[in-house]
Amino acid sequence: MAVEEQLAPRAPDPQLGGIIKLAVMAVGGQGGGVLTNWIESLARAEGYACQATSVAGVAQRTGATIYYIEMAPAGDAAPVFSLAPAAGDVDVLVAAEMMEAGRGIMRGFVTPDRTTLIASTHRALAISEKTTPGDGVASSDEVRAAAEIAASRLILFNMERVALENGSVISASLFGALAGSDVLPFPRTAFEEAIRTGGRGVEASLRAFGAAFERAASEAIEPAETEMALVRHEAEPSGSGKLMASWQAMVFRMADWPETVREIAIPGLHKVVDFQDIAYGAEYLNRVSDVLARDTADKDHRLTREAAKYIANAMAYDDVIRVADLKTRSKRFARIRSEMGAPEDSLVQLTEFMHPRAEEIAGMLPAGIGRKVEASRRWMARFDHWFNKGRRLRTDRTWSFVMLYGVGGLRGYRRRTLRHAVEKEHLDRWLETVLSYLSSDYDLAVEVVRCRRLVKGYSNTHARGLSKFDRVVDAAKLLAGRDDAAEWLERLREAALQDEKGEALDGAIKTVQSFVGD
Amino acid sequence: MAERSFKAEVEHLRLGSGDTFTGEGILAITKALLECGVGYVGGYQGAPISHLMDVLSDAQEVLGELGVRFEASASEAAAAAMLAASVHYPIRGAVTFKGSVGVNVASDALANLSSSGITGGALIIVGEDYGEGSSIMQERSHAFAMKSQFWLLDPRPNLPSIVKSVEQGFELSEASNTPVMLMVRIRSCHVTGSFDTRDNVRPPLTVRDALSEPRRDFARVVLPPMSFAHEQDKIKTRWPAAEKFIVENKLNEQFGPAEFPVGIVLQGGMYNSVIRALQRLGLADIHGNTDVPLYVLNVTYPLVQDEFLAFCEGKDSVLVVEEGQPEFIEQGLSTILYRAGSPVLIHGKGLLPMAGEYTGQVMLDGIAGFLKQAAPEILPGRVVAPNYEMPTMPDISKTVPIRPPSFCTGCPERPIFAAMKLVEQELGEHQITGDIGCHLFACLPPFEIGGSTMGYGLGPASNAAFDGGGEKRAVSFIGDGGFWHNGLSSSIGNMVFNKSDSVAVVVDNYYSAATGGQDILSSRADNATKATNNPISNALKGVGVNWVRQVDRTYDVTKMRDVMREALTTDHDGPKVIVASSECMLNRQRREKPLRNMAVNEGRRVEVPRFGVDEDVCTGDHACIRLSGCPSLSLKKLDDPLRDDPVASIDQSCVGCGNCGEVADAAVLCPSFYRADVVHNPGGFERWRAKMGQRLIGWLQTRRAGTRLDFSGA
Repeated sequence: MAVEEQLAPRAPDPQLGGIIKLAVMAVGGQGGGVLTNWIESLARAEGYACQATSVAGVAQRTGATIYYIEMAPAGDAAPVFSLAPAAGDVDVLVAAEMMEAGRGIMRGFVTPDRTTLIASTHRALAISEKTTPGDGVASSDEVRAAAEIAASRLILFNMERVALENGSVISASLFGALAGSDVLPFPRTAFEEAIRTGGRGVEASLRAFGAAFERAASEAIEPAETEMALVRHEAEPSGSGKLMASWQAMVFRMADWPETVREIAIPGLHKVVDFQDIAYGAEYLNRVSDVLARDTADKDHRLTREAAKYIANAMAYDDVIRVADLKTRSKRFARIRSEMGAPEDSLVQLTEFMHPRAEEIAGMLPAGIGRKVEASRRWMARFDHWFNKGRRLRTDRTWSFVMLYGVGGLRGYRRRTLRHAVEKEHLDRWLETVLSYLSSDYDLAVEVVRCRRLVKGYSNTHARGLSKFDRVVDAAKLLAGRDDAAEWLERLREAALQDEKGEALDGAIKTVQSFVGD
Repeated sequence: MAERSFKAEVEHLRLGSGDTFTGEGILAITKALLECGVGYVGGYQGAPISHLMDVLSDAQEVLGELGVRFEASASEAAAAAMLAASVHYPIRGAVTFKGSVGVNVASDALANLSSSGITGGALIIVGEDYGEGSSIMQERSHAFAMKSQFWLLDPRPNLPSIVKSVEQGFELSEASNTPVMLMVRIRSCHVTGSFDTRDNVRPPLTVRDALSEPRRDFARVVLPPMSFAHEQDKIKTRWPAAEKFIVENKLNEQFGPAEFPVGIVLQGGMYNSVIRALQRLGLADIHGNTDVPLYVLNVTYPLVQDEFLAFCEGKDSVLVVEEGQPEFIEQGLSTILYRAGSPVLIHGKGLLPMAGEYTGQVMLDGIAGFLKQAAPEILPGRVVAPNYEMPTMPDISKTVPIRPPSFCTGCPERPIFAAMKLVEQELGEHQITGDIGCHLFACLPPFEIGGSTMGYGLGPASNAAFDGGGEKRAVSFIGDGGFWHNGLSSSIGNMVFNKSDSVAVVVDNYYSAATGGQDILSSRADNATKATNNPISNALKGVGVNWVRQVDRTYDVTKMRDVMREALTTDHDGPKVIVASSECMLNRQRREKPLRNMAVNEGRRVEVPRFGVDEDVCTGDHACIRLSGCPSLSLKKLDDPLRDDPVASIDQSCVGCGNCGEVADAAVLCPSFYRADVVHNPGGFERWRAKMGQRLIGWLQTRRAGTRLDFSGA
């Protein structure tokens, strides 16, 4: 053959089109290996040549992992398969988690000309998402939007839930979705046979497989989601006739309030009444209505809406009494039993981890005495000596329960405590600050209300939150009078939520100081 | 016992002539060793060849029947030294470890072995850990072959080729009296496929028999003047013998047309990626029949001059596909061409990147680039000027979070680092180093503890400059694996001898956990073939450490913190060593879970612990997560308009290790955590007492509920 002839371009080998390239992207520990084994044994049983590889390394410890499989109808000679997926050259991408689907898209493994993307919408949060003091959870919607553009076909639903509902693990539901998507040229029975051949947890796997198969076959696409616990606030509470009458009266007070405020004030009222009592609820309504009176419809009553939320949170502060009360309710015991999946004839032992400090104990004293104790280093040291140590309380046992129940019952006395006085002062001062900005800069006042989000946690975390709150609210003074004051205050607040020590906040405050100084 | 059991797969090792093996590359290598009549095997675990060690360990029965000795070597150096048996005795031996870190450790023995030369075939199977999934620095083992003059095989990554290269490796080794290193990349180790098996062969001379007739040959000893003779022998005898064997037995392979203006020279391990690129360019079919000539170097060292020049004959240019840097092969081939006065142009680095993994896209771009330049006529039009454009994709690189590896759910090392973080909150930050092992994950979020890793067993040694002490003490962490590998002498002995003022923490999880849970000297399990249960604290005292604190339950964060504080503040002169011991949770669960399930089903009393978070008590500040990072401790968003931030939540994968409760207590975080122990099959008295207690508790609960509005249903 002459060289010129050899050089003539040729069309690709048509058999190459018969290679199916499938990548599995998972989080270490999700059973990507099991899924890969099933796919391999399925392909071989159906007369395909098949090759699988994986990259484990340290990724097996909760990192991102990738498995890669190629298969083609078996012939006389062995096909040459690749050991790694290539961008733009993947037929099926199975992603065992939403962000892993995103990672697959970023790496070019999902392309509109060929790739079927089968992904579970559930989230296994990465460490960076979890450690942010605020809300650091990545947006599944963005990944979903990218998936819609990138994939030639998209099968998205919560395969983790399907697995759990059927007492199995996600590898089974992923396998079911793969079968249901009909991208592999094998019948459902062959998939099921592969599970049976695998041998472990066959019945549960088959159940999850079947459920996911049906969902995928019906081309299910569900909204991306983060795990939700449903807490409903719209419905009425229940209680004795007298209590309900007082409740109705309070709700009636809100009758002519704007809807945008009411929809927050009602859950707000739930929270404070649950925290203390009906009278406390009335106090809450007074505070909110004070704000409402100075608010304006022009701004959709945004200030009051935000105030209704954060006043409720501020009034229902986290003191020892609240914790003890919440931990001794019967509904909690029932909830834990069901969450733990405790069988009918089993017992559930409950251990609470408490660590009171002198501060909490002093906070429980009547305000006057409490202040004196707090001011005295000797008394605080003595309190620390007596109380400051970890306490494990077995709330399923009578004695510990009664102790905690007793503390939870101190609600009647709560208003006289030092903690209550401190919280009330803080609340009043904050609302005063808010109102002081109201006439000159409505938006800034709203932002100052929102700063209350920074106050959360217990003990040291709580103290850090308070100090962040103080620094941001102080910065409002510097910013007042500028057109972009509200915008900047929002930025400061977001910065404060980024890290624990407040380094981002320090930086942001420095920036503010630099331009305010001009 | 290792994390993954190969008990079932090991049966495949008994397959004989006429059978077909189907499975993973690692297992195929083991089978090939037995077919080659290997007399002894050893090695040290590490990705990607950990499973090779696990397979060998699980295969001891088969090995025993054949008279093959298996050693779980103390280190790669010990493994390489074991090959000394093949110096004087005609016994085939094979050892395995990971490259390039394992090769570094082994290099002393490898150098001496290479100088001595061997009589029986000596094979070193190295898992080359380069590219995606690698856990170490990126380096090539290739350089070691060059400096010590042993031969390097890099077979095509399919089971028949890998199996064949084991046999060829032994033969080449014997033909040239030189050890041979067989390199398998991370994906080749885990690649699946099939090959036709042969009967296992009992070694003609077993190591046991050899002891009856000891041999020695002074010519093999690495001492002058013999070492001078070895140097000459390497070049004058062994190298030519190797070249001859390689050419005669066609160890390197050529594919494609004989006459063609261009060609590709590639490492065997790159073969499938090169074929895939050619397939995508329309230049190869599904079976790898290629239009472009390929010279596949299944032997990447030494390069065979005549064979290469013959391949280049009549070509204008060749492309060298060689992953990693420096480009040893390309340099070698360039020298050959230059010395031969050849006009053939050589391409390689430049069209292909100097550093980094040759992924599918890199290979496609590199080969297409080469052909565009050297032989544009053969490329289909769409490659020269592509007409397909990708749609613009939204940028999600800022959205998708990275997922660094971390401690497993319930890991006993987590509380150690939580305690360290708490101590640092009190005493300020310290100079901290890590070693190699799971504990090194502490340098990643959320702990961010420790800033260096100098090698296995070298954690405390890498703090040696600070041994003199100062206002604050230096702290180092070392795993139990690293401790026994090299740490006892290089790190601890070093501290004792130099009167170090520093603190060392030995993280003892009962296994070489990061590599898959293999047993080591201090493992607590009974092992039929290995001596376990040798306490680390005894070794410490034996070597002269006087300040030793043993913590037997690392989950006790308060105690862990107090011990660390003591070590950092005590007046004691000399090294302070804490042994923090608790069993690797991954292995513990694997061991206990089946037993527990069986006990529940048999009606015996079993307590199953799990943690939970009271979501209405949690304020969503995530302080607990910053001191934990447990995979089972996550967040959930509440559908509550009053809440901004997601709250902590513990999922079903929780194993009830207790870390979150302990941390919440030790760091005085919050009272949100609770532990629920579900008691299966409780006893009669217990049941009665719970019923009585519940009666009172229920009465109190109902009484209070009557005085208030109930919002829970609302």
